Amino acid sequence: MSEVKIANYMMNFGPQHPAAHGVLRLVLELDGEVVERADPHIGLLHRGTEKLIEYKTYLQAVPYFDRLDYVSPMCQEHAFALAVESLLGLEVPARGKAIRVLFSEITRILNHLLNVTAHALDVGATTPMLWGFEEREKLMEFYEQVSGARMHAAYFRPGGVHQDMPAGMDAAIYAYCDRLLPVLDDIEDLLTENRIFKQRNVDVGVITPADAQDWGFSGVMLRGSGVAWDLRKSQPYDGYEKFDFDIPVGKNGDCYDRYLCRVEEMRQSVKIMRQVINALPGGPVSSVDRKVVPPHRGEMKTSMEALIHHFKLYTEGYKVPAGEVYTAVEAPKGEFAVYVVADGSNKPYKCKIRAPGFAHLQATDFMAKGTLLADAVSIVGSMDLVFGEVDR
Amino acid sequence: MAEFWNGYLLPGILILAQILVLVVPLLLAVAYLTLMERKVLAAMQLRMGPNVVGPFGLFQPWADAVKLMFKEPILPTGANKVVFVIAPMITFILALIAWAVIPLGTGLVIANINVGILYLFAISSLGVYGIIMAGWASNSRYAFLGALRSSAQMVSYEVSMGFVIITVLLLVGSLNLGHIVEAQHGGFWKWHWVPLFPMFIVFFISALAETNRHPFDLPEAEAELVAGYQVEYSSMSFALFFLGEYANMILMSAMTAILFMGGWLPPFEFGPTAGVLGALWGFFWFFLKIFVLLFVFIWIRATLPRYRYDQLMRIGWKVFLPLSLIYLVIVAGFVTYWPR
Repeated sequence: MSEVKIANYMMNFGPQHPAAHGVLRLVLELDGEVVERADPHIGLLHRGTEKLIEYKTYLQAVPYFDRLDYVSPMCQEHAFALAVESLLGLEVPARGKAIRVLFSEITRILNHLLNVTAHALDVGATTPMLWGFEEREKLMEFYEQVSGARMHAAYFRPGGVHQDMPAGMDAAIYAYCDRLLPVLDDIEDLLTENRIFKQRNVDVGVITPADAQDWGFSGVMLRGSGVAWDLRKSQPYDGYEKFDFDIPVGKNGDCYDRYLCRVEEMRQSVKIMRQVINALPGGPVSSVDRKVVPPHRGEMKTSMEALIHHFKLYTEGYKVPAGEVYTAVEAPKGEFAVYVVADGSNKPYKCKIRAPGFAHLQATDFMAKGTLLADAVSIVGSMDLVFGEVDR
Repeated sequence: MAEFWNGYLLPGILILAQILVLVVPLLLAVAYLTLMERKVLAAMQLRMGPNVVGPFGLFQPWADAVKLMFKEPILPTGANKVVFVIAPMITFILALIAWAVIPLGTGLVIANINVGILYLFAISSLGVYGIIMAGWASNSRYAFLGALRSSAQMVSYEVSMGFVIITVLLLVGSLNLGHIVEAQHGGFWKWHWVPLFPMFIVFFISALAETNRHPFDLPEAEAELVAGYQVEYSSMSFALFFLGEYANMILMSAMTAILFMGGWLPPFEFGPTAGVLGALWGFFWFFLKIFVLLFVFIWIRATLPRYRYDQLMRIGWKVFLPLSLIYLVIVAGFVTYWPR
């Protein structure tokens, strides 16, 4: 009898898989239940966003950013808006900045609610997902009220935000903050001290601060390992320096710490939202430079110049002086950045998008090697991957 | 002729009628258990659950059944056809024949055999064959991994379950399920869950593992294996797995009720005991106990995450097995030195 050679078991995890978070295709080499190698295959959701943006005016490029990480749309518009503003040298009015901060934090809660509960679903807890979605729906209503769209808002635009909030909405958001916190407590009741949840996450997917930095991690993936790095604190934009909030950091760098960080970040976001609403300035919500920001409808009915501005802005767009800029924001998933090269025309010459999920995904093999299959699922779940931004 | 009629045909017809009387309501109960699960889960998750087909969605199980019947049965190309087709039948048949020895009241049982509990134990041990055959015959890696997990899990938890059953047997001194219930006469404080409380818990958790329910649903862990051993099944072959699984849930609840919660006995000595009324009264309490246990099954599903494979094995072998062994020794000591 000839010697039998035992080969490892190859398994295609995804792209049609309930835990693949979209279209992740993970080729797993399994030795029984132990993951020997995890090879992420990407590109199934590639739409050529960066190239498409080169053929669109600066305003037309904004909606593409919603469609990158479709769980936290506004934070990505924010990065692009900041980049264009810095190329133009445009100043955003105080109210516009405050509304942007407010909606950035709503976006953070939207994202973390999805991730925390989807991670719980990955380890088998079904209920938090549905509770979380209930709240996400309410938050998306705020999106809808300001922009008309639940997800792909295109609300943050170079110069400020598209339009002012409807009357009374600041009070509605403030009142909602009080209703969100008990739901967070409920979700935490089901998960935080749950023995099974802890057994599935504590000491799973541990990454040291040095490794996390080497792999280019940012956001919660980095803070979970104990590195207090948050762009809202280290290089504040749009007035984040005025608000009092804490950056939760983890201790062990495992999936459980990342979960705790996300839950605490939601509470901190609520804290920021309250401060924003309490000190909400008046005035215009976007720049009054009519060469960049279109005039109001009413103005167009009476002013010839306004009509011309409107026509020019929505056909040719505005020209951005030649130059290049790298702007990063603290998106819920980590450092989301755009690198825009302008050549003086009405379209960007190049727009490179730095997606945090891409950097996190490349560490899959590093983190999942030698763990059990169920741990690999938990690790992928705690990475907070959305393939819109990874594949772009 | 008369001898043939009286000796074979009439008893045969009678047994067939008994089986039908048991199996048809059982299948109905299975169908409505799926509806109950969806409704209870929905209520716990702030949803409505099925509410379109019929009043409060009451006809939903029928709609599901019709849908499954008219779906295309798919035989995967690489599958071992014969085993692939037989596997769900085995699961389903085993889930049904176990009911032959379950007493619904005093003497209300199809087969009143003296080794009833051993029969049940043997049947539930065979259940693993349907699953491992399905996983192997599907020729799919997800299904195979699910089947391996399932067989390992069911085998491990049967060990501690066996010891739990032995502790009950020591107290009763009979393997007959009817006798086990009768031994618990005299109100709920006389039921076995009081003296055997740790074993009651061990048995219930093992029942969760045995039926592949949360938090031990690794064989069909959605996030890892999509649907485990049933991933390649469709149409009625899938429905047979599904029905078998839910029939097993009811069976395990019935076993828990019989072994630890006094079967059909009311919690206090009241109500009719003899005749048709007595049988109905007993059946009511039996049904209620099963219902409560099934509700707990669903409640657990809504609350708990899933164990990892090694953690599941650790609980089975390092916690439940020693615990039930120690308790077995304690109970044996008590029975020897302080006989009833």
